[in-house]
Amino acid sequence: MTRYVMVVDLRRCTGCQTCTAACKHANGTPPGVQWRRVLDIESGVFPNVRRTFVPVSCMHCGSPPCLDVCPTGATFKRDDGRVAINYDVCIGCAYCAVACPYQQRFKTQHAQFAYGADPTAPEERQFDPARLGVSTKCTFCSDRIDLARETGQVPGVDPDVTPACVNSCIASALHFGDRDDPQSNVSALLRENRHFRMHEELGTDPGIYYLTDTDG
Amino acid sequence: MSVPNSSRIAPWRQTYWDWRAAGNFIFGGTGSGALVYAAVIPGAAPILGPLGAAFVVCGLLCVWFEIGRPWRALNVFSRPRSSWMSREALIAPWLIATGSLAVVPRLAELRVVAGAFALAYVYCQARMLNAARGIPAWRHPRAVPLLVVTGLAEGAGVGVLAGSLSAPAIATASWIAWPLAGLIALRIAAVIAYRHGLDRDGAPQNLLRDLARGAPKRLAVEVGAIVAALAQLAWPRGGNLPIDAAALLAVAAGWSWKYAIVVRWSYNQGFALPLTPVRGVGVSGPGARPGW
Repeated sequence: MTRYVMVVDLRRCTGCQTCTAACKHANGTPPGVQWRRVLDIESGVFPNVRRTFVPVSCMHCGSPPCLDVCPTGATFKRDDGRVAINYDVCIGCAYCAVACPYQQRFKTQHAQFAYGADPTAPEERQFDPARLGVSTKCTFCSDRIDLARETGQVPGVDPDVTPACVNSCIASALHFGDRDDPQSNVSALLRENRHFRMHEELGTDPGIYYLTDTDG
Repeated sequence: MSVPNSSRIAPWRQTYWDWRAAGNFIFGGTGSGALVYAAVIPGAAPILGPLGAAFVVCGLLCVWFEIGRPWRALNVFSRPRSSWMSREALIAPWLIATGSLAVVPRLAELRVVAGAFALAYVYCQARMLNAARGIPAWRHPRAVPLLVVTGLAEGAGVGVLAGSLSAPAIATASWIAWPLAGLIALRIAAVIAYRHGLDRDGAPQNLLRDLARGAPKRLAVEVGAIVAALAQLAWPRGGNLPIDAAALLAVAAGWSWKYAIVVRWSYNQGFALPLTPVRGVGVSGPGARPGW
């Protein structure tokens, strides 16, 4: 089996939001919709305070709450662990949006562009009317992962078949690969580092791992 | 603990389901409750059957106006194996048909079938809200009995009011106040249990604050409804006013609870870190859970 996951090294993330911009560039999401963003979390009490940059997106859960609730079958799970949406079937009820504990579902009813009513050239090129009135989210750049099946390249290793956010990361904080392959880059990182997954207590089996320290 | 430069880290109020979604729970629950009432109270079915069905249709119309692709609405029937929304949608046509047909004298016994569908419908609605794991106020297990009981209480309220308008003899029968008062009392118990459950199991601070502000006012209305129902029992020859007031308050309070739960108290999960990362030297730091 294959289970594509993302590994985020929180020690390395600088909060530059380059991944956020790369995602918008690659996927043409409208204003206000960020399939990927970086949280800036300050914690602790002076003088023991910490600031942590946390990239978040759809967690492509192993047990996705959005999948169970979807009344139409628009949300489905691919055999490589990715959670996907069939825009032609979705009715835009947003049940998945309220079921997702990571707030990673989005719905845009009307076309919106960055600079008023008229799209810029890239926005015009990427505009997809099928995405209006339905649920959308991070796909792990599914067109790239699908390309790997044709070319034999390895997602997470070959940039052509790796999600845009991972390719763009200036600090090598983002990694992508097959968790079920013990030889993969992500498996090695998970073996060697202390890590957690967000809201794991909710039983979602999320597919994004956060590294915090070396193991032992 | 502070949250710099973004409010969207600690739980914030979801905006995907607004008054239109609340309308489905409000009208669907009331209509279902009315059909259950019609199934158990003799003589109520000719009015409450179609009225309950109409309430349910209103609720479904609210949802239809909310979904992004209304002309694909029939796709909602596709996933009854896992989705409570599909299950609710599958029951709706049967509930509407049997409830509406109960107006025909020869088919009056359909009220029992409609009542069974109505019970299933209101249960589906409760489970539907409960299955939304992203919203702590909805996913708490005690939200389910609260939503079912409030639907039944609202239905009883509508039943009493409808009976009072159409057949005063039924409405003023003194025993009619007992089921209404009992259901309101049950709802009070369900609300208190729900609130204690959230306090005990943990919930966003915003939610607990809003509950602390909003619950006492609504509970006062509930107590007023019970007092009015008991007044009807104490002075059964005094006219319909006390029982009508109790019924009206029971419906209003139920709608208010559901609007608050669906729209006002629907804070999401927010983000949390079980650990913060090591920076340079040292070890991982304690976690952070803003807004909890």
